[in-house]
Amino acid sequence: MRWLFLKDLQILRRSPLVTVLLVLYPVAIAVLIGFALSRGPEKPRVAFLNEVPSDTPLVVGGTEFDITGAKSELCSRLDCIPVSTEAQARDMVESGDALAALILPPDLITRLESLGGLNPTQPTVRVLVNEEDPVKAGLVDDRISSLVTQANLRISKEVSHISANYLTLLTQGGTFNLLGQTLNILGLNNTERILERVRADLPKDSPVADSLDEVIRFARLAGQNLDQAKPLLASVAHPIAVDKEVVSGSPPNLDSFAIAVAATVTLMFVTVLLVAGSLALEWEENAYPRLVRGLVGRSALLGEKVVLGVALSLAVTLLMLAGLSLFVDIHWGRFPAMLAAIVAGGAGFAAFGAAIGGATREVRASSLLAFMVSLPIAFISLVQSGTVSPGLFDVIKVIRAVFPFHPALDAMSGALDASGPSLGVPLLHLGILVVAYGVLARIALRRLS
Amino acid sequence: MNALGDGEVVIETRGLAKRFGDREALKGVSFDAHRGELLAIIGPNGAGKTTLLSILAGIRDPDDGSVSRPPGEIGWVPQQAALYRRLTVEENLRLFARLEGMPDTEATVEEMLAQSALADRRHDQVGTLSGGNQQRINIALGLLTRPAVLLLDEPSAGLDPRQRERLWEFVLDLAGGGTTVIFSTHNIAEAERYGQRLLVLADGETLFDGTSGSLHAAVPEAGARDFEEAFVAFLRDRGH
Repeated sequence: MRWLFLKDLQILRRSPLVTVLLVLYPVAIAVLIGFALSRGPEKPRVAFLNEVPSDTPLVVGGTEFDITGAKSELCSRLDCIPVSTEAQARDMVESGDALAALILPPDLITRLESLGGLNPTQPTVRVLVNEEDPVKAGLVDDRISSLVTQANLRISKEVSHISANYLTLLTQGGTFNLLGQTLNILGLNNTERILERVRADLPKDSPVADSLDEVIRFARLAGQNLDQAKPLLASVAHPIAVDKEVVSGSPPNLDSFAIAVAATVTLMFVTVLLVAGSLALEWEENAYPRLVRGLVGRSALLGEKVVLGVALSLAVTLLMLAGLSLFVDIHWGRFPAMLAAIVAGGAGFAAFGAAIGGATREVRASSLLAFMVSLPIAFISLVQSGTVSPGLFDVIKVIRAVFPFHPALDAMSGALDASGPSLGVPLLHLGILVVAYGVLARIALRRLS
Repeated sequence: MNALGDGEVVIETRGLAKRFGDREALKGVSFDAHRGELLAIIGPNGAGKTTLLSILAGIRDPDDGSVSRPPGEIGWVPQQAALYRRLTVEENLRLFARLEGMPDTEATVEEMLAQSALADRRHDQVGTLSGGNQQRINIALGLLTRPAVLLLDEPSAGLDPRQRERLWEFVLDLAGGGTTVIFSTHNIAEAERYGQRLLVLADGETLFDGTSGSLHAAVPEAGARDFEEAFVAFLRDRGH
């Protein structure tokens, strides 16, 4: 038994590629899973620009709010990155360093305090977002809605208290300060009592002009107060408004994006596995030396494999889209764009597959390698900016740039939905990758011949 | 000159050298091959036989030296059948006839089926055929273009005695028709029997170039019972 064991170890030692894959792949997957499980939901990175003058107290209805505490609480739920200008905030969002930017305007405190007065002005916070895909757009909206709802709840509680005071004033009477003048408010209860007394005691033709004047004035003021209560109550419903501005990205709708992901994953697996396996098969059948000694050039052989991969993946992807169209709405009017995206994506994956097939020269090894490389790349390419640390996202950006999945996904998203990304950049990106992987495959063929 | 051909040189090599890393597979190999000649390349394992044939076939480039080839195709039959096992016999022949640019593909296919005596198996997938039958198709593919020179790398390996006999009848016919046949083999008796001239390689060097009779005569130890013993003695005498 030990001899068999030693034999297997020797075989593994002489298959360094398979051995490295067998060791590194589970480690890489384990690290990814462990990373996902241990970190929990990542605090979104948000650029934070506070334009409110420092040391400005916030007093609503006579109650002073703890602004420092509120900011600390906010930044415990977000990864706040302080910035000093709107341009910095905009840059961070556009580059993907931050999921969004939260801008507190200079008049925020004044407007918040106005909620406790009779002329409330709704305070507004500005939010800059980068909606590069609909999943990220949804994530940003959810986070912002959650935060603003929490802030609104705190403020509305205080404003409700103020509203209750006004209602008490209207019913029981008291004093009220308006533009520096103290006014006596009779109150509905007192009015009732006065009217009852007047009604009981009033002899015919008795002069009650003063009392009547007082009642008339109260009636007028009561009407005015009730009018003022209307915007106040509106502000209780949603004290702080959000002015959202999309500074970058034009996501397609979520259905289109889901279809694009499904189509791109299909395109990737079909093409990479087919081309890598088909090229490796030429070695396994010992046909490669016979082919390249004058019958077919190496470049022509690679070209044939790429065309094979593109043709078959085009058929499979279109078939899949046709099947999906039974359940979801696919805009077939954009068929030329879809065709361009599938062909370009297929060519990118085919060239990638050719490089794998050229390097491995074994069908089973090439299929294994193609699968093991493609799956994590697809997974990593779907990570949104701002949801991981900047250093990690820089690595992800490199992976996105080097492998064809992300540009193919962008191209499919843009092809399926007019509101998606433009087609030009991803098609150009895919063209560059086709050339790069074609050169790598060509080198592999020559070196390993 | 020991060649039994008509004297016209069709392949000429001078100082061929090839290295694989630190190992020298060929060290200055030079020889001529003549039209209609049957040249056997023999030697121990690792002598450089396959490397030499692959350079003659144009699959590999030498690191040093030169090869002069005849105009037109050189037929090449690799040691392992270079066939698509999931294609039928006929489909393989048709594919390579098309790639070779044969003017009448179907006529070429029929001719090769007849020549390999596999017409009745034309619709069988190659993977289902015996090793001997696969080798016959392998050779047929090397002959598609009716080349002036046919290179055979261990052509009889894996064949039973009857298949070997049929193979050599076929090869002798080719040589009789003016085709130069250069073959490598480990079967010394086969080399003696069919090789009009022997090229002995060991560790990438040419140890001998001549007829089997000359090799026998060059053996210092008298009393070798057969050619194989004489060949082993010859190698031993040369330090291999």
